[in-house]
Amino acid sequence: MWIWADVSPEGVASSALELLTKARAIGKDVGAVALGPGASGAVDQLGEHGAARVYTSDDQRFAEPTSRVAAHTLGALVAEHSTGVVLFPSSYRGRDVAGRLQAITGSTLMANAVDLPSIDRARAEILGGTTIVEVDLAGPAPHLVLMRPRSFEPEAVGGTADVVPVDVVEPPGGAAVVQVLERTEAASDGPTLEGAKVVLAGGRGLGGPDGFRLLQELGDAIGDTAIGASRAAVDAGWVPYAMQIGQTGSTVKPEVYIAAGISGALQHAVGMKGSRRIVAITKDPEAPILQLADLGVVGDLFQVLPALTEEVRRRTGR
Amino acid sequence: MNIAVLVKWVPEPQGTPTLGPDHLLVREGADGALDPGDEYGLERALQLVERDGGEVTVVSMGPEVAVAAVQRGLAMGADRGVLVTDDTVRGADTLVTARVLAAAIRPIGADLVVAAVESTDGYTGTLPVTVAELLGLPSVTFATSLDIVDGSHVRAERQTAAGAEVVSSPLPALVTVTTGVAEPRYPSLKGVMAAKSKPLDRPSLADLGLAADDVRPSQTVASVEAAPLKAGGRVIEAGPETAAEIADLLAEARVI
Repeated sequence: MWIWADVSPEGVASSALELLTKARAIGKDVGAVALGPGASGAVDQLGEHGAARVYTSDDQRFAEPTSRVAAHTLGALVAEHSTGVVLFPSSYRGRDVAGRLQAITGSTLMANAVDLPSIDRARAEILGGTTIVEVDLAGPAPHLVLMRPRSFEPEAVGGTADVVPVDVVEPPGGAAVVQVLERTEAASDGPTLEGAKVVLAGGRGLGGPDGFRLLQELGDAIGDTAIGASRAAVDAGWVPYAMQIGQTGSTVKPEVYIAAGISGALQHAVGMKGSRRIVAITKDPEAPILQLADLGVVGDLFQVLPALTEEVRRRTGR
Repeated sequence: MNIAVLVKWVPEPQGTPTLGPDHLLVREGADGALDPGDEYGLERALQLVERDGGEVTVVSMGPEVAVAAVQRGLAMGADRGVLVTDDTVRGADTLVTARVLAAAIRPIGADLVVAAVESTDGYTGTLPVTVAELLGLPSVTFATSLDIVDGSHVRAERQTAAGAEVVSSPLPALVTVTTGVAEPRYPSLKGVMAAKSKPLDRPSLADLGLAADDVRPSQTVASVEAAPLKAGGRVIEAGPETAAEIADLLAEARVI
């Protein structure tokens, strides 16, 4: 059983460590594949979390944006090692590599999986998370399974991985035809959506980009907070995509999730319903998000949010 | 410029689809339509062809009712449609679907293939790149803008885990787009009328050169259950005590 590790010069994605928890639980001979700049720096952490071997290369060509080079190299590796299952994160890269690999190996692919009860069976949330199915997987090896973020907790078990260097396998017709002309990093100050203890999310009900200031003020009063948004607010151009929580976007499981002006469409719900405590503030008494909430507040968020900020400031002194 | 746009008929695009006793999505009799997510890429394809000349073909696989989705694409302005309908691929997994769509696109000789990032009902999000690999095409996924430069390259801005990047790919290529790429037009009455006389190709699997082995399913649904709902929540009307109640919850969670 192998896992695909998203790596970058900044480090290894936590998704890789989550996948290793599952891989260790049901598979022997756990391998991790880490390709691209930053890969060799990830080896120790992958070993510590249960990878017996890390197939790795820092080659810049693995970072090209089509993932063709990575997919063909991985295709050659899984054929050589008769790998039974490859677990991928439901990330940009994970989807691109797995989707291309499927065409190369002719394997079955299961997306949106939340568990893998056995190597031939995947559990997935479908229909926006309202329904859970278990699906038997067949066909040529390896089974490709894309796991929803945060389906498992990373666990350091204190191992050391053997390093297996990987050579680039050129895709037919050559590679690296797609050029990156410009790259912009999303500004990030403060905790990430995935890491924050408290997530404050805004939707269409905030009325515009200015509405997010109310969340920012509340966040400053609480501390250790990240601000997120529903797809409606992102599509409207009020906030950048990096803030989106939901099926496309981030999946968050904070201690407290406060949704303001979000109706709670299925698209959004799958990204936040695992939160420990959920507070929803909406003017719509029929909003589906109220069904997910520990505390649902029906009313005017433009009154509730400032009053809450005031109350929190009073208690915390911030 | 010859552009193929992948489109999908989805049941209940605004509501929650349901599963039938065979564990497949109920498609027949559902209030289905063209996947709203497909209209953005189709709109951008139409704009590019209106500017540079060429032809747009909408390509789909689906049941008989999916004709409605293809017709909608034609009514928006696509020049022709291809729809593959076959009982043996009902409930097909992503590999089978990708093989069928790749085979349907191949004869078009498309310079550019456009698809939505993911469908509204299945949201697997891997199908377009599988099609790209089968066709040997480079791909640009998660594009928020899409343009053709000098008739030879596609230039797109795309979302990445780290932020965003602008990429340039030679044609032919496949691009998956988000809703940011264009604002879809509403089909005019004239468009709806004209759609009825536009060419709609209905090839069989055999026409596409696909054998039984190519479309053999690799997944069987073993069980289906409803996801558990959150228990013990309460809903209150906002009032003077609301701020204190929410603050109490924050304190209970030890975050303030």
